[in-house]
Amino acid sequence: MKITFPHMGNVYIAGKGMLEDLGREVILPPPCSKKTLEIGTKYSPESICLPLKINIGNYIESIERGADTILLTGSCGPCRYGFYSVIEKNILQELGYNVDFIVFDPPEGKPSKLLNSFKKAAGTDNAIKIFKGFYKGKKIIEKADNLTKLSNIKRAHALYPEKVDNIMHDFYKNIEDVHGSNEILSLINYTSKKINSVKEKKQSEYMKVGIVGEIYTIIEPFVNLEIEKKLGHFGIEVEKSLTPSKWLSHHMGLGNIGISEERKKWKAAKPYLRTLVGGHGRETVGSAILYAKEDYDGVIQILPFNCMPEIVAESILPTVQKDYDIPILTLVVDEMTGEAGYLTRLEAFVDLLKKRREEKKNGELLLRG
Amino acid sequence: MENYYLGVDVGSVSTNLVVIDENNEVVIKKYLRTQGKPIKVLQKGLNEIKQKSGNLKIKGVGTTGSGRQLASVILGSDIVKNEITTHAVAAIQFKKDVKTVLEIGGQDSKIITLKDSIVTDFAMNTVCAAGTGSFLDRQASRLGIDIKDFGNYALNSKNPVRIAGRCAVFAESDMIHKQQLGHNQEDIIRGLCEALVRNYLNNIGKGKDIKPPIVFQGGVAANVGIKKAFENALQTEIYIPKHHDVMGAIGSAILSKEEVKKKGRSKFKGFNITDLNYKVRGIDCNDCANMCEIIEIVADKKTIARWGDKCGKWTNALKGEDQELA
Repeated sequence: MKITFPHMGNVYIAGKGMLEDLGREVILPPPCSKKTLEIGTKYSPESICLPLKINIGNYIESIERGADTILLTGSCGPCRYGFYSVIEKNILQELGYNVDFIVFDPPEGKPSKLLNSFKKAAGTDNAIKIFKGFYKGKKIIEKADNLTKLSNIKRAHALYPEKVDNIMHDFYKNIEDVHGSNEILSLINYTSKKINSVKEKKQSEYMKVGIVGEIYTIIEPFVNLEIEKKLGHFGIEVEKSLTPSKWLSHHMGLGNIGISEERKKWKAAKPYLRTLVGGHGRETVGSAILYAKEDYDGVIQILPFNCMPEIVAESILPTVQKDYDIPILTLVVDEMTGEAGYLTRLEAFVDLLKKRREEKKNGELLLRG
Repeated sequence: MENYYLGVDVGSVSTNLVVIDENNEVVIKKYLRTQGKPIKVLQKGLNEIKQKSGNLKIKGVGTTGSGRQLASVILGSDIVKNEITTHAVAAIQFKKDVKTVLEIGGQDSKIITLKDSIVTDFAMNTVCAAGTGSFLDRQASRLGIDIKDFGNYALNSKNPVRIAGRCAVFAESDMIHKQQLGHNQEDIIRGLCEALVRNYLNNIGKGKDIKPPIVFQGGVAANVGIKKAFENALQTEIYIPKHHDVMGAIGSAILSKEEVKKKGRSKFKGFNITDLNYKVRGIDCNDCANMCEIIEIVADKKTIARWGDKCGKWTNALKGEDQELA
């Protein structure tokens, strides 16, 4: 059994470490590229959202590398993601690929089904072993997300931001060659140290931008045309409202006892949107408000073309922008890989934020004088 | 001798060059079709300016538009700015208390809202180019009339036909359908103008605070039919600057003036760059699955710039040498 799973930011690092600890063979899909997108768009329904197209590309590239089993999480939120596993299975079957799907659907009163999926993926009935693997996986994803977060802040501070790019580039290259959670964790530690040692600018204040929107497009750098990198090069600290580790902590723990970050977002969003609209629509509105309250300079919403929940959020955000006096930019991503128009918007947004900050400072000086 | 500043806007459809004086007045203006050959057109435009003006003392250069990077490398510009900022700067110069800028160009349309001469919000068309200049151009040629007369036709209509504006492709088939039914040309053209404005306001202007005074600029502002449709829809007067078609270039010239005043000197390479022989080489990098198409600009056998790589390998390789990349 050779296991693979679709790309979604750092998730593959944890998945790989966890399964390798359990003695499974993992075939990673190559990093998302134009080729992935090309394969995906060729075999997917034309009007489906972008993440499915990338998933299909990932699967086929992995199958070409020898994978025969695909792991995927399910969902029951009213968003097309709920159909992903079914549609994807169908597409691959029609193309004549003979692969096994193991889907982790939310239990919905039948925890035994989910448990069986776990057992099948782990290749063992030993609950302690599974639990241990899971624990390690969670640790890796947290560390990996922290590394990304560190690099997103350091890039803004660095005298030469390319240095941070190079270190991260090496990290993603080397991760394919290390195996098991211990080796992975030590590579993450090593990379963190390297990033911390990058020389910084002599500047004490930095602008901050929060990224909100659809989870997949926020997390997967290929899909959002590496927005963190681009903003970092403009000297802006970037914080993402959704990460795999935040998702995990909500769904596998804190969410159930009501103190997760998601709950805070729901509460913040309540005056504007009091109910679930599918996906992370409600969280998008809530996160934007929380960022405004935390004095961020601006918020950027990213969504794949025709994503229903985010369209609902998009139409609410102008009101949030007005009520909280925080600039919000919405970016729609699709199959286009041309970056010129995208850069223009980001650049103009950064200009706007800079001007606002200057004005604020001048205003404060006037008040004081 | 007076000081002058050059602003260049390399867009998808047109390449605009303007020369302004210290008072931001336009002295020379060139509006050329890009026709997919930005470098040639840039050289041609510069040459024309040189011949017209003798040897103006250009103290600063600014570039903007989707080809701003390219223009900057060739000219040696002091400032490279996105179209949104430059359009706002030029609009403020035209009307100090402007609150809304509507801009419709060849492939892009944007809206910019301002407060006290500061940009507060903006939007640009994303995945759809319905209702931009290229679309109108196409429909004009389909109807067999000159794009210059397009607007006037619309003004003569008394009974506009409703045309679906949601998508350029649907608008086109809807328009053909209405033609086949026998509606006259004026009414169809006015319907098209109204559809375009409706689409613009619903799409780009959605959720934006459109407050007067409103300035309308970009190539499409020459179209009186569209202007009228905007006035009808927004129920207020729309101001169109005299140099509405080159506002981006004007804005970048103004910004270059400010930049040079700060820095003290200009990076402008001089008029003789029109004699150099530029070549653009495409390199297909096959080192990873992204297969980036790298563009290399060569001036007389010397590589002066590269871009197009995702990882930065090609771009950074040049940085070590005496290259400057904007």
